Amino acid sequence: MHNSQDVKVPFGPQHPALKEPEGFLITLRGEKITASSVKIGYNHRGIEKACEERTYIQDLYLIERVCGICSHSHATAFVQAVEEIAGLEVPKRALYIRSLIGELERIHSHLLWLGVAGHEIGFDTLLMYTWRDREVVMDILALLTGNRVNYGMNTIGGVRRDITPAQAKEVLKAVDILEERTKYYIKIATQETTIIERLSGVGVLSKKDALKLGAVGPTARASGVARDVRKDDPYAAYGELDFKVITAETCDVYGRTVVRVLELMEAYKIIRQIIKNMPEGPIAVRAPRKIPAGEAVSRYEAPRGEDFHYVRSNGTEKPDRVKVRAPTLANVQAVSKMLEDRYLADMPIVIAAIDPCFSCTDRSIIIKNSGSKNSKTIPWEVLHIQSIEWYKERRGIDFSGLNRKYAKGFKI
Amino acid sequence: MIQQFFAILVFPGVAFLFVFSLAAEFIDRKLCARLQNRLGPPWFQPLADFIKLLGKENIVPCDADVRIFKFMPVMALAASCASFLYIPLWQAKAPHSFDGDVIVVLYLLTIPTLTYFLGGWYSRSVYSMIGAIRSLTQLFAYEVPLFMSILASAMLANSWNLSEIAQFYLQHPGYWVFNFIGFCIALISLLGKLEKTPFDIPEAETEIVAGSFTEYSGKLLAFFRLSLDVEMVVGASLLAAVFFPFGIGLQPVTGFILYIAKVLAIVAMISVLRTLLARLRLDQMITLCWKYFAPIAFLQVVINLILKGVFLK
Repeated sequence: MHNSQDVKVPFGPQHPALKEPEGFLITLRGEKITASSVKIGYNHRGIEKACEERTYIQDLYLIERVCGICSHSHATAFVQAVEEIAGLEVPKRALYIRSLIGELERIHSHLLWLGVAGHEIGFDTLLMYTWRDREVVMDILALLTGNRVNYGMNTIGGVRRDITPAQAKEVLKAVDILEERTKYYIKIATQETTIIERLSGVGVLSKKDALKLGAVGPTARASGVARDVRKDDPYAAYGELDFKVITAETCDVYGRTVVRVLELMEAYKIIRQIIKNMPEGPIAVRAPRKIPAGEAVSRYEAPRGEDFHYVRSNGTEKPDRVKVRAPTLANVQAVSKMLEDRYLADMPIVIAAIDPCFSCTDRSIIIKNSGSKNSKTIPWEVLHIQSIEWYKERRGIDFSGLNRKYAKGFKI
Repeated sequence: MIQQFFAILVFPGVAFLFVFSLAAEFIDRKLCARLQNRLGPPWFQPLADFIKLLGKENIVPCDADVRIFKFMPVMALAASCASFLYIPLWQAKAPHSFDGDVIVVLYLLTIPTLTYFLGGWYSRSVYSMIGAIRSLTQLFAYEVPLFMSILASAMLANSWNLSEIAQFYLQHPGYWVFNFIGFCIALISLLGKLEKTPFDIPEAETEIVAGSFTEYSGKLLAFFRLSLDVEMVVGASLLAAVFFPFGIGLQPVTGFILYIAKVLAIVAMISVLRTLLARLRLDQMITLCWKYFAPIAFLQVVINLILKGVFLK
């Protein structure tokens, strides 16, 4: 132990409060947090690099797997960028269907969050109830797309499945059930004493700090920043839909809870409008296999905040560069600020309040000239060859046939 | 002699207590699960958990004090079992009752919390140490309201003997109604003693893993968990004897059934409370106990003193 009164508590990479590996190191004096640091990078999967090795259509399914919860968000953000480069005019019906799936996804993500938040403050009953009701929306998503989480709904130039009138009726029925349940949760969240005690005044992020640290999504909106890509830079069908941007002025975890539950109500409103106003017509246009050279940036309001994709093409069937900035990266900076002068007991809920998704946000860091004798920079080609040789020697699997470009580099 | 051994070891002693505590844990878990819209465990789950843990390897951390680490679970179990002997269950007189046993029972019920502290502290892991400090801090908060509410009832009965307290309320049936405030305070304090939501701060899973028990495994963990269950039954029996003494001193079978019903009703109240509430923070818990529960418990003392002065002259 340390000589001073301060105790350093590792909070992760493996910890019951965290669903993904990420590290927080907090310094405690008694129950009070005096310092905290965030360390990400435990879950880097190299998806951006892998995208450069695959065609646009393959990338679409890979990008969808950036996040388990906001899979449609990432896929739509990517596909919007590619369509912009290719100059494709997406049919209206496809845009409406994209918005519909996007809103259903928001419902499932916010209900999930409400349960997680309940669990973090030791209120498991809320977790069990919300996750039960989340099944309703999961079933609807499975009905519409065939899958519960990775929907595979998007394709370049439109969507892959149409929505029949019978399905639309099912969606409306489910929305009615969910709306009733959500009203009950709004009542719980705003009236239950222990919940209010645990949430209000916790993890305060002032409007100034929210703007300075670049918070996005519900985290920013709960600090009074009316920032919503759906309104600021309408994509898909949002330009034609009527909805409110929910904000709260309390700037704390309680505000973030209220914003999310009220956003659920907005989502129901949006879905009803989409079903009512959905235009007839084709659901996709034909897209070329090779995308002309160019670059594009695409923004999407994921349940957790603004999702940002950058795609650069070089005229071939594979992208030259794909860049993903998941909303958690924008929000994670604010966590240290929120934890200032709080208690250890507030740590889980403050982290959970930004609705973190660390594997989406994870990236590798290149440190040049770190000073160590062993440090060296390895070019991509050499690393690729090394990995193939590693598998050949240790596992007896030969991957060399997969990529002829590097074949000449192998020692055979 | 043999009869005495039977009374201590089998019925209504240790063996009965173990079976009843596992049953009470099942009721608690099942009820909680049903209230949360879950299926819940089958009836033998607590026993199965216990047996499974007994078969697992004991891991003692390198830095831990081995003797204290291994001794504390046994101590916790022994203390909570011992206090059971002084509580009148359905007999008119508890097997080992003597004057002043209410103090001894309260004292023995404090020991398990101290063992959680010592066991956690000597585990030498950060989570265990924070959990240990938390359980001790919590002890100072809930212990005073609990003592005051139980002693207030003893004051009215003019006795420090649990069996005599029960007899007093049986003979003066109108009076136990007045102890209702005391019962509420004692029930809530019992939640703190059993480290159940909203007072499960010392083992808050999402903050400090499992608190004092983080480093415990195998048989030692099994004994700790059993001691928590036993504590629940003993605590509920204590509340039942002090606040709801009806049924004590009846014929064995009716009295026994009434006793089981009373204890299970108190366990059910605990499950309902822990389903309904979120976990409080340590500072909120201490404020709650000292600012509200202690004065309310004191109010109970005052009420009982007035009752005693006016009616029981």
